[in-house]
Amino acid sequence: MSIIEVSNLTKFYGKSRGIVDVSFGVEEGEIFGFIGPNGAGKSTTIRLLLSLIHPTSGSARVFGKDVTTDGPVIRRDIGYLPSEVFYYEGMKVIDLLKYSASFYGHDCTQRMKELSDIMELEMNRRISDLSYGNKKKVGIVQGLLHSPKVLFLDEPTSGLDPLMQRKFFDLVRAENKRGVTVFFSSHILGEVQRLCTRVGIIREGKIVETSDIRTLQQNNYKKVRVSGEGLKKDEFDFPGVSNIQTDNGTSSFFFKGDINMVLKKLGTVKVTDVTIEEPTLEEIFMHYYE
Amino acid sequence: MSATIFKHEFLMRLKSVIIWSISISALMFLFFSIYPGFAADTADLNQLMENFPPELRAAFGLNTMDLSSVVGYFGFLFIFVQVCLAVQASNYGFGLVSIEENELTADFLLTKPVSRAQVITSKFLAALTSLTVTNAVLWGITFLSIEMFREGRTYDAATVVLVLSSVILFQLFYFCVGLVVSLLVKRVRSVTPYSLGLAFGTYVLSAFSGIFEDVKLELITPFKHFDPAYMIQNGSYDTSLVLLNVAITLISLAVSYWLYTRRDIPAVS
Repeated sequence: MSIIEVSNLTKFYGKSRGIVDVSFGVEEGEIFGFIGPNGAGKSTTIRLLLSLIHPTSGSARVFGKDVTTDGPVIRRDIGYLPSEVFYYEGMKVIDLLKYSASFYGHDCTQRMKELSDIMELEMNRRISDLSYGNKKKVGIVQGLLHSPKVLFLDEPTSGLDPLMQRKFFDLVRAENKRGVTVFFSSHILGEVQRLCTRVGIIREGKIVETSDIRTLQQNNYKKVRVSGEGLKKDEFDFPGVSNIQTDNGTSSFFFKGDINMVLKKLGTVKVTDVTIEEPTLEEIFMHYYE
Repeated sequence: MSATIFKHEFLMRLKSVIIWSISISALMFLFFSIYPGFAADTADLNQLMENFPPELRAAFGLNTMDLSSVVGYFGFLFIFVQVCLAVQASNYGFGLVSIEENELTADFLLTKPVSRAQVITSKFLAALTSLTVTNAVLWGITFLSIEMFREGRTYDAATVVLVLSSVILFQLFYFCVGLVVSLLVKRVRSVTPYSLGLAFGTYVLSAFSGIFEDVKLELITPFKHFDPAYMIQNGSYDTSLVLLNVAITLISLAVSYWLYTRRDIPAVS
């Protein structure tokens, strides 16, 4: 049985679309990436699973319990880190964390201390005096201090500097090793690829694919840009190349397949500059699903 | 009911409760401090009153209240106290869930293992406790002021108790109506315009109903449900209006529960 089961879940805000007929499952112990561009319905799905909003139709189960009827029981073992964190401005960090811990009926002091040491959080400052990144740290500690069994992370890395991002990812991996299931929503493909074992892709409110991260990577396009003198227009016209554009001695195209093909080809021409990079998610959506 | 939420809510509102209680106490005490002057020159006072147009006297309830008696003066003062209480209770009602949604802390609270019903019950009881603190302070300062400034004049304590007993229902009306309106409108961005509108709107309705003797307006304004002039003159409440008041309060509260448990919490936008 999947730990999160979403079946035919649909949410409309009045007439505007949230998500339409979304179905997927998340297995216990995995890190499930949930990717899609802004406005695709990632947050809507998470908010439905947390019963912050109510479905128009369809249902979702977490730990085998229905989210609309058993919300309080489910939330006992859930940690949530929203993309933008907001807390009671007048409170001190320590008081907010204690308030948060007081809902769970078991002593979280030890874990709270460990986590805030890892995230280098100053406990005695007022929330209103914290920078955005520091508020985010409060969010991380707050979401993890009660040792939840399922973690919902909604674009969690925004506002964290690279060092903190790495610490955060290490933390998530460590939690996962202890058996915690992670639901990781993001629009940054790179971080999903680094962390997740399986991904669901959502676009315009619909799931377009759920697959193993490896399969996705194999199918993935690379974005290549080559500059060089005397570059011919059809220089890179070989199988696997698409959407080729040549302009003023610079060719850019998408490539799908064995990247060595491109490297070999590059060896035969004189280039002044080369970039090979991940396409943005929007670019994938534009070309991958044509 | 969650003790954790109750405590948090009560403490968040404590500063406001203290400020309101002190303000209302100051109003009561300062107004009463000039009572001996009023009572001493009854003739002058009546002369002064006759100079006002009758409509104005009606609007302030001065046509039916004898300002030279302790209870009459208290009744006159009490209207201003009621305005303050109405603004305070409306503030708490309109803000009960909307402040949390505006400052986006609702996500934090509602992802905790508590049901919506538990959340709103705890919040409601915390606000009720806050209002009761102000209420209790009002009882204290009223009798203190009377004792300090009555200068040996006798008064009927039972009537004062009757008037003060109406406060809790008066507060609950504004609180519950504010709450249900805040859940019916899409988003309350700022609480103050709503609460001032509700409090002064109902006050003006009551004042106008005194001028035009328009019966219908009395039905919806608590200033008429608990008109101090009526209570003092009759030594009792206007039972049917009080029942109407309680009915509006209870319906508002029930609808609030119904709406809140089904509410979609707006996301950051």
